[in-house]
Amino acid sequence: MIVIELRKLFRRPRTWLTIALLDLLPTVVAILIAVTHVGPRPGQGPAFLSAVLANGSLFAVAALAIVLPLFLPVAVAVIAGDSVAGEAQSGMLRYLLIRPVGRTRLLAAKLVATFAFVAVAVVIVAATGYLVGRLFLGHGSQASLSAAVTSVSGSSLTPGQIVWRTIITIGYVAFSMLGVAAMALFLSTLTDSPLSASIGALAFLIGSSLLLTLDAARAILPYLPTRYWLSFIDLFRDPILWRNVERGVALQAIYVVVLLGAAWANFATKDIKS
Amino acid sequence: MITTRGLTKRFGSVLAVDGVDLDVRRGDIYGFLGANGSGKTTTVRLLLGLVLATSGDISVLDEPMPKSARRVLPRVGALVEGPAAYGHMSGRANLMLYDAAGPASPRRSRRTRGKRVDEALATVGLDGVGRRPVKAYSLGMRQRLGLAAALLANAELLVLDEPTNGLDPQGIREIRELILQLHAAGTTVFLSSHLLAEIEQMCTRVGVLDRGRLVLQDDLDALQRPTGRTIVRTPDAASAVAMLDGRVELREGDRLVVRGSDAASLNALLVGRGLRVTELAAERRTLEEIVLDVTSPEAAR
Repeated sequence: MIVIELRKLFRRPRTWLTIALLDLLPTVVAILIAVTHVGPRPGQGPAFLSAVLANGSLFAVAALAIVLPLFLPVAVAVIAGDSVAGEAQSGMLRYLLIRPVGRTRLLAAKLVATFAFVAVAVVIVAATGYLVGRLFLGHGSQASLSAAVTSVSGSSLTPGQIVWRTIITIGYVAFSMLGVAAMALFLSTLTDSPLSASIGALAFLIGSSLLLTLDAARAILPYLPTRYWLSFIDLFRDPILWRNVERGVALQAIYVVVLLGAAWANFATKDIKS
Repeated sequence: MITTRGLTKRFGSVLAVDGVDLDVRRGDIYGFLGANGSGKTTTVRLLLGLVLATSGDISVLDEPMPKSARRVLPRVGALVEGPAAYGHMSGRANLMLYDAAGPASPRRSRRTRGKRVDEALATVGLDGVGRRPVKAYSLGMRQRLGLAAALLANAELLVLDEPTNGLDPQGIREIRELILQLHAAGTTVFLSSHLLAEIEQMCTRVGVLDRGRLVLQDDLDALQRPTGRTIVRTPDAASAVAMLDGRVELREGDRLVVRGSDAASLNALLVGRGLRVTELAAERRTLEEIVLDVTSPEAAR
């Protein structure tokens, strides 16, 4: 069933269209910066954008930072929200269950497919960012792969350090998306409308982002799902500041476990009336 | 093949299925009748484990449902409340995917998948269009595709909910012949429908659902056995009424309802007196009369 779900997801034109749209925004940003040579001032705008004028290979991380706050969660919420509710809407859910595919098994397959989408999307965005960065940005003497890059802390990072820190970043960003995926999947088992599930998951994120800016919400700040999303910047400090990254991973893990548990508990005993 | 005891399903305050005792036997074509909203589809969903019963027991193929769904459902083919398919894929790709989605069995082995899919498409008359995407299909073609998916299982039991929905008269006839053919080959068929004519032409046994309750369940032959009266049509109706002297229970123009089941001697009597007879038959109740008799007039909810 897992293979079937993966095949269904990745043979669907919509999946690739979503990923292509995700790639579009960082590419546009890269081209604009390359043409105008106007980067955001350090400390402003999306993370790392000020640094990419000097070294294009950092654009892989910058691309992730560009899509992370909104585009990536939207794409993940759409795909995950569609997973069960989409089958219900098309009527295929009842036929899959009487085929028979066990309910837990179906949910697990949907989960794996959603996580696979997250992983593929993040890797492709990073890869595109890297290529685009190398092509358009960071010309000049510092641009070659062997050149050192200045870390957020001001010291120099070797290209080797950049490579493995980028890889950890890709993993961290993908993991950060699993909370959204789990939320959308849970909502997807509650409703027969994929749109409701996706929008519900997004509302959850927007709510969290909004509370983050509110001083009065300080007490619940560490528990908000988007709190540590941008903490991957700490991976480019020297030495790496692991504390927030670790907390981010732990928090996402808790959200994923709780929401998936709720999704399973609901779906396993649900009356399928679609 | 299917037995339920006290099967009840409550949705909130609505009692959708109320104490239903179904008894479908091996080799039946069981006609499950009821008005729209009488609980037919909910009952079908209960039998297949899609909806979980509030109370009561279900046994399908002599195993408890939904507990043994894993063993029971591979031996059942079903069409539940209209067909479903992925619109962007072809009918053939849909069936291939659907077959691959569940467990393999000797009857649905991986090796024979392509062959079985092609056979099922040919059986329902879709062999020419199997490669077009489903979104380009007409309602009738989708219905046929749904039937093909139900046939893929080579099932012992077919549960078909409104199988001829959306088909033209030619298509309805083809599907009827297909069901009779499968039945002749040993498949038990549970056919849910609100079309009385469809049930009357095919079924050996009927159950009638009215507002969630099973108000009638019997062999069709038993329900339609002669009523002990004879229907006579004669252009000399007035003379016939005078001659039969009180045995005529009802006269509608040239149609008489006569007490007594011996049509042959009644014929001899009338003809012996020089009365012309155009038509003469033992009275049998139509399924429509039987159903209207046991269901309440405001059955639709």
